[in-house]
Amino acid sequence: MLGYLIRRIFAAVPVMGVVALFVFLLLRLTPGDPAAILAGDNATPERLERIRTSLGLNEPLIVQFITWVNKLLHGDLGTSLISNLPVMKMIGQRVEPSISIALSTIILAVIVAVPLGVIAAWKHGTWIDRFVMGLSVLGFSVPVFVVGYVLIEVFAIDLRWVPVQGFKSISAGFGQFFERIILPTCALSFIYVALIARMTRAAMLDVLGEDYVRTARAKGINEVAVMLRHALRNAAVPVITVIGTGFALLIYGIAATESVFNIPGIGRLTVDAVLARDYPVIQAMILLTSLIYVVVNLLIDVAYTLLDPRIRY
Amino acid sequence: MTVDSLPQSSIPITSPLRPRFGFLTSTPIIAAATILLTLIVVISILAPLIAPHDPVQLAPSLRLKPASAQFLLGTDAYGRDLLSRVIYGGRISLLIGIGSAIFSVVIGLAIGLVSGFFKLIDSVMMRVMDGLMAMPSILLAIAVVSLSGASIWTVLIAITIPEVPRVARLVRSVVLSAREEPYVEAAISVGSSLPKIMWRHLMPNTIAPLIVQGTYVCASAILTEAILSFLGAGISPETPTWGNIMAEGRQYFQLKPTLIFWPGLLLSIAILSINLIGDAARDALDPRMKQREGK
Repeated sequence: MLGYLIRRIFAAVPVMGVVALFVFLLLRLTPGDPAAILAGDNATPERLERIRTSLGLNEPLIVQFITWVNKLLHGDLGTSLISNLPVMKMIGQRVEPSISIALSTIILAVIVAVPLGVIAAWKHGTWIDRFVMGLSVLGFSVPVFVVGYVLIEVFAIDLRWVPVQGFKSISAGFGQFFERIILPTCALSFIYVALIARMTRAAMLDVLGEDYVRTARAKGINEVAVMLRHALRNAAVPVITVIGTGFALLIYGIAATESVFNIPGIGRLTVDAVLARDYPVIQAMILLTSLIYVVVNLLIDVAYTLLDPRIRY
Repeated sequence: MTVDSLPQSSIPITSPLRPRFGFLTSTPIIAAATILLTLIVVISILAPLIAPHDPVQLAPSLRLKPASAQFLLGTDAYGRDLLSRVIYGGRISLLIGIGSAIFSVVIGLAIGLVSGFFKLIDSVMMRVMDGLMAMPSILLAIAVVSLSGASIWTVLIAITIPEVPRVARLVRSVVLSAREEPYVEAAISVGSSLPKIMWRHLMPNTIAPLIVQGTYVCASAILTEAILSFLGAGISPETPTWGNIMAEGRQYFQLKPTLIFWPGLLLSIAILSINLIGDAARDALDPRMKQREGK
């Protein structure tokens, strides 16, 4: 197990290497002078020079890369070209709302989607199944910002149940935090619910055809126990996998959600960075989110062995 | 004995090169999706003929007018006709969707065929693909667009890059399994050239899954383009795209929510139809895929 873990961690290194190389080359290989691209159309020569020094653009490419990677490994993600603050610090200041929304979305999505998927598989072929699957296609198709605006219109403007936009830290009291986070969470969960429900249904359908499920039914165990104890536990691996791969969806959804609900998180930070061409922030966000993605998938692979004793490495 | 005298095969021979398109009307819902999508495509193509007004004509005196006989959906913050803008908006979305599907399928097919066949290239290529897949597609696209400027080509490239690894992996898996088939071994042993083996014997296996994957890429590219535009990182705001119209509508959302709902509705219908058609295509063309996974 330990050997496997070490091998898996080493397999993740080249993936992150490719990400770093890509992010590095993207700026350098874009046609034109990178400093001029970042500085915009009417930049002063001083500003161009400052950007060149800040990013080390005057060095040879290979020296730039080694210095840059060395800094990354020491936790230095660079300095913003606009605010001149360390990127790490900027992200640190904005990370709380995003993490809150991401976590609450995962929790809500799993709570809603897994039962939906189980019921759809259990009532396979009936209108309930078709309804859940229809809902799931809808979830894939309606963009998160459209869902977000519909929710705002209905629950914040018409019904006035919750504030329209904004974010309050949990330290300001759970009530205020909760009423502002509920709509963004629902909006972002939509696609995630679709994904997990679909995968749960497919995995359950696979398992329901197994002999041990028939045996359990033949023994006269009630249907609920068959579904939960015999089927769902064995269907857990693909479901957990999709929760991990769905993480990518979550990351891209967060930028849009934060824009709709005016939440000052890292998604908003990225969008502002794009509008200001603050490349150090953009590249830091790509590196960080890729790292999160790789780590989450690593954890999931490890979780398999704990969930399913049949999987041995 | 001549070839002509061979008995007719009792099993109908279906060529993967000529998939049947009956699935487009297999259920009422799929048929509705096909009709809606066709309608959106036709309206987009004929936009200059159908749109009642110029979509970019500014008319400050007519800003934020409610729906009327002259402006069926009202006007936006610059006095432009919302209906005309929404009609034109579909052009970019569909262009990006179809373009991205074609490019990612062609590039992914090339990479997948080669890395399915050559072990050495495969190990390098797949690491690159893993790296690309680890990056959230929207951030990748944002980075490309922010560096290269927001022309329709950069947006298309930016959206296509993250889709390529998925297609390449799919093709590779098909090639890896097809390579073990007797007919491929036979082709190798009679000395067929490598390009011929790839093109004649391996590539046809990938067509059905690629049609399916292509529709999903198309839907996802339309979605990504809309999000890019919505975030202000897409095609320049003067061009009416569904995402741009919604981005402009954001400020006036509480005043005039229809600025967001109409383009949002059309965007959702377009993506929904393509996804439904993709599902139907998968069920009809690629029964293996149906069992394999949820999507």
